[in-house]
Amino acid sequence: MTETVLTHDNKPSEGVVKGRSLLDTALLRLKRNRAAMVSLWVIIGMTLAAIIGPAVSTHSYDEVYNHFVGEKPSIGAYPKQEQITPITERALSRARVDMEDINISKDNVKISVVNRKQEPLDPRITRYLMRADIFQNVSLEILKADPQRGVISADIKPLRFLMGTDQNGRDLLTRILVSLRISLMVGALATGVALIIGVTYGAVSGFVGGNIDNLMMRFVDLLYSLPFVFFVILLVVFFGNNIFLIFIAVGCIQWLDMARIVRGQTLQLKQQEFVQASEALGVNQGNIIKRHIIPNLAGTVVVYMTLLIPRVILLESFLSFLGLGVQEPLTSLGVLIAEGARYMRNDPYLLIFPALTMSILLFALNFLGDGLRDALDPKDR
Amino acid sequence: MNTQTSVLNIQDLVVDFDTPDGVVHAVKGVSMAIAPGEIVAIVGESGSGKSQIAMSVLGILASNGKASGKILFNDQDILHLPRKELNSIRGSKISIIFQEPMTSLDPLYRVGEQIMEPLRAHKGLSRSEAKKRALELMRQVQIPDPERRFKSFPNEMSGGQRQRIMIALALANEPDILIADEPTTALDVTTQAEILKLLAELNKQLGMSIVFITHDLGIVEAFAERVYVMQSGEVKEFGSTDAIFKTPKTQYTKTLLDAEPEGAKEPVKKTQDIVLETEKMDVVYGHAPRFLQKDTRFHAVKDTSLRLHKGQTIGLVGESGSGKSTLGRALLRLTESTGKIVYLGNNIDKVPLKSLKPLREELQMVFQDPYGSLSPRMTVLNIVEEGLQTHKPQLSKVERQKLSLSTLEKVGLDPSVRNRFPHEFSGGQRQRIAIARAMVLQPKVVVLDEPTSALDRTVQKEVLELLRSLQSEFSLSYIFISHDLAVIKVMADYVMVMKNGKIIEEGVTQEIFERPRQNYTKSLITSSFNLKELLSEV
Repeated sequence: MTETVLTHDNKPSEGVVKGRSLLDTALLRLKRNRAAMVSLWVIIGMTLAAIIGPAVSTHSYDEVYNHFVGEKPSIGAYPKQEQITPITERALSRARVDMEDINISKDNVKISVVNRKQEPLDPRITRYLMRADIFQNVSLEILKADPQRGVISADIKPLRFLMGTDQNGRDLLTRILVSLRISLMVGALATGVALIIGVTYGAVSGFVGGNIDNLMMRFVDLLYSLPFVFFVILLVVFFGNNIFLIFIAVGCIQWLDMARIVRGQTLQLKQQEFVQASEALGVNQGNIIKRHIIPNLAGTVVVYMTLLIPRVILLESFLSFLGLGVQEPLTSLGVLIAEGARYMRNDPYLLIFPALTMSILLFALNFLGDGLRDALDPKDR
Repeated sequence: MNTQTSVLNIQDLVVDFDTPDGVVHAVKGVSMAIAPGEIVAIVGESGSGKSQIAMSVLGILASNGKASGKILFNDQDILHLPRKELNSIRGSKISIIFQEPMTSLDPLYRVGEQIMEPLRAHKGLSRSEAKKRALELMRQVQIPDPERRFKSFPNEMSGGQRQRIMIALALANEPDILIADEPTTALDVTTQAEILKLLAELNKQLGMSIVFITHDLGIVEAFAERVYVMQSGEVKEFGSTDAIFKTPKTQYTKTLLDAEPEGAKEPVKKTQDIVLETEKMDVVYGHAPRFLQKDTRFHAVKDTSLRLHKGQTIGLVGESGSGKSTLGRALLRLTESTGKIVYLGNNIDKVPLKSLKPLREELQMVFQDPYGSLSPRMTVLNIVEEGLQTHKPQLSKVERQKLSLSTLEKVGLDPSVRNRFPHEFSGGQRQRIAIARAMVLQPKVVVLDEPTSALDRTVQKEVLELLRSLQSEFSLSYIFISHDLAVIKVMADYVMVMKNGKIIEEGVTQEIFERPRQNYTKSLITSSFNLKELLSEV
């Protein structure tokens, strides 16, 4: 609309002028779109959290805390004061010793114990306490006067479950971080597969045209007609349950759309004079596709990609929800939400946190996609 | 100027656009007044803000645009009118015709329905009344057989007929002002003359004012009573057409008037070598009838023979759809054809496409649209050196760049712009880049497909000069395709007139322009050069 006429005709030549590509302009426009920029930072933050988070976390995603099943989210540390005595008792009873007295200070407990049998205490009983998750640096001091008795001194290991624990006593935050990692990985990989196959296939089909185009597109139609869930179940039946299978399955389905979109765009680009100009220059077809068609598809493809990622993530969640996706103890957002839904009534946080994470991620991706589409729209120039 | 006697009075109009690069001032304080029944032209180069004035009047600026000032229509300020009230004025009291008749009609509705729509919306006519009025309007804009055409879809009509429909649409509610934004730019010269004639007649009959926005001074001189000359958002000069054309006051107006292409080309000697020759060339699109499929054959070029000598420029003239572009492409074997093509004594019509690569180096083409012919994602340098990469892979990167940069210099571009992208250049500069791309390979024959028709006259003149100097420097042979006879007259030494895929007349330029034999050629020449005479008949 507005023609900003740049006339550099009469300027003296002062070195080489750096041009601003369409991509630069698009980025500039994207920067002014607040929703998209916030989304971009949210996505970057989530990605970093997914990559680094599980390693930084004090818990492992598959670590089961038997004593802390279904704990509510809290900022304070576990174990709570009142939990220590029963946990200790249980551990000691397994060691077949009795507790005579327990003295709990802030981060230390002193327990006087006595052996149930008329024998001296075995120093190995400390292991039972170690296994109780909440203690560290356990030491046993056997009384010289009466080897049947002793004093166990142990430090309390503070455990934090910011988002609580699930029904198996695993830290929810860590599990969400891991599931975010899986979801993003599925999203990126499946989209990558869709991108590479789809763009190449679509560009070639559209550019070559004629009967080859016909043949290639009919093949796409053929794959379209495969019912997706059925296809995945078949794969699972034949190859067993495997996360990589999901990547392949999702990627295999998603590239079809990409191929169609790219083909349509290519058909349009082919009519453009700059493509004809290259033909007149004698540039071969491969180079025309590489130099002229694909770079000019970038806008459409980037936009479609940002919208494809959330779709893939949803698909994976759907499959996992059905039990066809990732397997325990590994988890994904879909699995977490499915589990959360089961305990919704007693422990709503099990549903709320994973669902919130998923919603934020999808919102951010969609906003970014919309922002990119607006930024790359050449009509707005 | 007297407010009383003007139907439209624009006072101190400012239009700004908010872009990522900052605010662009498209119109900087323009005032103009249009009297009832008057034909006023707004002239200026592209980017001078002339269309933005029309957009502001109708309140259809792009979303990032902002207009301020006053636009008085019958003493009522319509610039700040709420949408609802504005709607009662635009389309009924003020209407507009756009440049592109191909896209301004909705392809899904029959044209009759589209004319009826404003009649029913603004006047509340019943269906049958609206239909009656629509047919009347179609008769008024001289559409043959309106009853049948009423049921046609836009794609079934030619560009000229569509533009007539657009005019009928604009006239539907008997407007006081008709704004015509380059209404004939996309049309052939003969159609252009007809449309202008129609507009002049309608102006006489209905007494409405016409605001005619154009960059073509030829039209202005023949058509308008008063002229506003615009440059970069400001009115440089205004006055009666005679005064402006006879005694222009500002330098800018003088340059515009001087921008008509000039010069002539001496015919080459018959003894010069023949570079490119065709005999009985045919181009057929589509295929013969097949099982369950219709005959889609379309003869784009029929039985054409052509002989291009070294250093010669053959001008190919004809209306759109006459097959001249197809012929140009077929000569370079970019389109399949039958018949003989001989390049420097070698038959190239049977050479398989893959083995044509060495020939591509010497046979080049420059395209019409400087906006579409350069890949938007490549830098200028990449665009120019692409041909070298393909044909001279033995060159090192440095040599290639050196050659490309010297070519850029030759076409009048500063080599320091090498890393810029096409969209950062004006139309004329882009066409220079496109020419550089063709010239870097040092071709022998260049097919120029309407190389200047998308450019303003002043820019066009520079590009023509460039093409001329390149021709004499490298003794190039040109096939110059154009519908603009003024350009052909000064550039070509031999002219071929095409109609419906056939060459109907050919000869030395002077001969053709002075003594055209065919009626078709004659009408082309009158429409281009004697517009004034044609319109004075009204």
